[in-house]
Amino acid sequence: MSEQLHSLDATALHLSDAELAEIDAEIAHAPYRSAVAIDALKIVQSHRRWVSDESLEALAAYLEMPAAELEGIATFYNLIFRQPVGENVILVCNSVSCWIKGCEGIRAAISRQLGIEPGQTTADGRFTLLPITCLGACDKAPVMMVGEHKFEDVTVERIPAILEHGEGATPG
Amino acid sequence: MSELPLTRNVRPDLSPTGIKAYEANGGYQGLRRAMAGLSPADCLQVVKDSKLRGRGGAGFPTGMKWSFVPMDNVSPGHKYLICNADEMEPGTFKDRLLLECDPHQLIEGMILAAYTIGADVAYIFIRAEYLKAARLLREAIEEAKAKHYLGRDILGSGYSLAMYVHASAGRYICGEETALISSLEGKRANPRAKPPFPQVSGLWGRPTIVNNVETLCNIPHIIERGPEWFGSLGLGEDAGTKLFGVSGRVSNPGCWEMPMGTTIREILEDKAGGMAAGYQLRGFLPGGGSTDFLVEEHLDLPMEYESIGKAGSRMGTGTMIVLDDQTCPVGFVKNLIEFFAQESCGFCTPCRDGLPWNAQVLDDIEQGRGKPEDLDTLEQHVGYIGAIGNTHCALAPGAMEPLQSALKYFREDFQRHIDDGACPYRGAH
Ligand SMILES: Cc1cc2nc3c(=O)[nH]c(=O)nc-3n(C[C@H](O)[C@H](O)[C@H](O)COP(=O)(O)O)c2cc1C
Ligand code: SF4
Ligand code: FES
Repeated sequence: MSEQLHSLDATALHLSDAELAEIDAEIAHAPYRSAVAIDALKIVQSHRRWVSDESLEALAAYLEMPAAELEGIATFYNLIFRQPVGENVILVCNSVSCWIKGCEGIRAAISRQLGIEPGQTTADGRFTLLPITCLGACDKAPVMMVGEHKFEDVTVERIPAILEHGEGATPG
Repeated sequence: MSELPLTRNVRPDLSPTGIKAYEANGGYQGLRRAMAGLSPADCLQVVKDSKLRGRGGAGFPTGMKWSFVPMDNVSPGHKYLICNADEMEPGTFKDRLLLECDPHQLIEGMILAAYTIGADVAYIFIRAEYLKAARLLREAIEEAKAKHYLGRDILGSGYSLAMYVHASAGRYICGEETALISSLEGKRANPRAKPPFPQVSGLWGRPTIVNNVETLCNIPHIIERGPEWFGSLGLGEDAGTKLFGVSGRVSNPGCWEMPMGTTIREILEDKAGGMAAGYQLRGFLPGGGSTDFLVEEHLDLPMEYESIGKAGSRMGTGTMIVLDDQTCPVGFVKNLIEFFAQESCGFCTPCRDGLPWNAQVLDDIEQGRGKPEDLDTLEQHVGYIGAIGNTHCALAPGAMEPLQSALKYFREDFQRHIDDGACPYRGAH
């Protein structure tokens, strides 16, 4: 491990030992380093909530690929965040079954309560609100997630309790 | 009541079935049977004879798909099996049930499939938001390894298989099998040209099979009980059972395993409990967001690939989305087209530019800014984008299916929006 690190660009040192260990575990069963690009972006994001320019460059160096190529990959995927997000990312399903069951009203109630529109983060950094496509729980529409928790059959009345103490969650 | 093998371990509280309970209920018997004396060619024959068709949407015969994988050792190296657990099509929520409630059933099916095609590495490509399912699968893989069902020299047979879970970073196009392969290679999920087909040149240029979760969950039962038994589960033409789902304004939305060939009426009325109080049925998409609308007159059709195809739609994923009389059909279709426009991978022009154009026209109509010629514009787009072969993959033609059938069945609704300069359903939500 340490020998390997010496040969790498110094920017790779931006990444923590914990991140590197997780990334190395993926590389161990991949045919070449850049093949784990998406896993590695997710690992960095799980430690830092988002992928900054510095993280992206360090990661590209570590994976021995051009930063521009990694950027192209990072921005392709909906759930790689290239901007800072809050402690809790709220994902409100806006696909068809949830739309039928009133997801627009749910989204509006969250916006009212937190004072943010989709794409924004609360001033205290607690919440970021994002739309999401069908969450695969359409029989329990409307559906939303807060962090790793899923909320089903959501009503406008339940929004305060969901946001304040995650009431009524089922594991994602 | 007939047998329902896929959900036999699904408990009322939907808690996961661990390896002990799975084995106690006959689990890993199919694998034991195969490792004790069935060759890969024997397994292939059984799956072919079973007439199992892919449950990921296209209904391709599974045995035939597998038979395209080269079995000679002229080109030594890896072969791959991939389970498609991306499940991102709007209105689709069937694979989640199998993943969360019975992960070992999928793993056993994958081991048997991998053995049949001679794969030494298997991946489960799972959508980003299925966190619980991904965790359960990782645990189940470790449990299976500890029991020598997975890993080196499975049950002393000499056959070895490694299995990994890859969680996606979120993009609907990843569900398309060649885009999925690009994504698994760490790239942008652009679909690839076919041929070469993945069976010959897939992941990292090696022979690869991609199958849906539900397809693979059928395999242990087919290997253990045989093709005749599997055939007898279906009520008509198609073999086996199917997970059917219903969402929308029905009394009891949900997902249930039923025999292939069950009528739509039985699913909608007996299982889903009919329409919710105060709502009438206008139509439904029989198999997810990229299938054509069907209407009341189709209720007595059996859910079978042929019959649904003849009626002008597709069985797709078998999860229906119901349109009621108080939901605007224009808004319904607009929501779907906006989804497909957003999720287009951007590779080819008709999809990248055509879908947002359609979304804009539909938005204009819905907002009361529609023009009389808009319906012709939509029809024209349906013709261009909907034709298989005009686009690089099936996302764009799929996107046109609900639109083209809505223009057929609900044309008066579109017309009224344009004539009145307003949505007649406004306020219904
Ligand atoms: C845009 C698009 C999205 C798809 N999404 C999925 C999906 O989420 N899950 C799936 O199993 N198949 C999906 N498919 C179908 C796959 O390409 C492929 O046909 C299927 O995984 C094969 O498995 P099967 O033969 O077991 O059905 C999708 C196809 C397209 C065109
Ligand atoms: S049809 Fe759409 S999703 Fe498919 S390749 Fe073309 S742009 Fe990409
Ligand atoms: S449409 Fe919202 S969970 Fe499927």
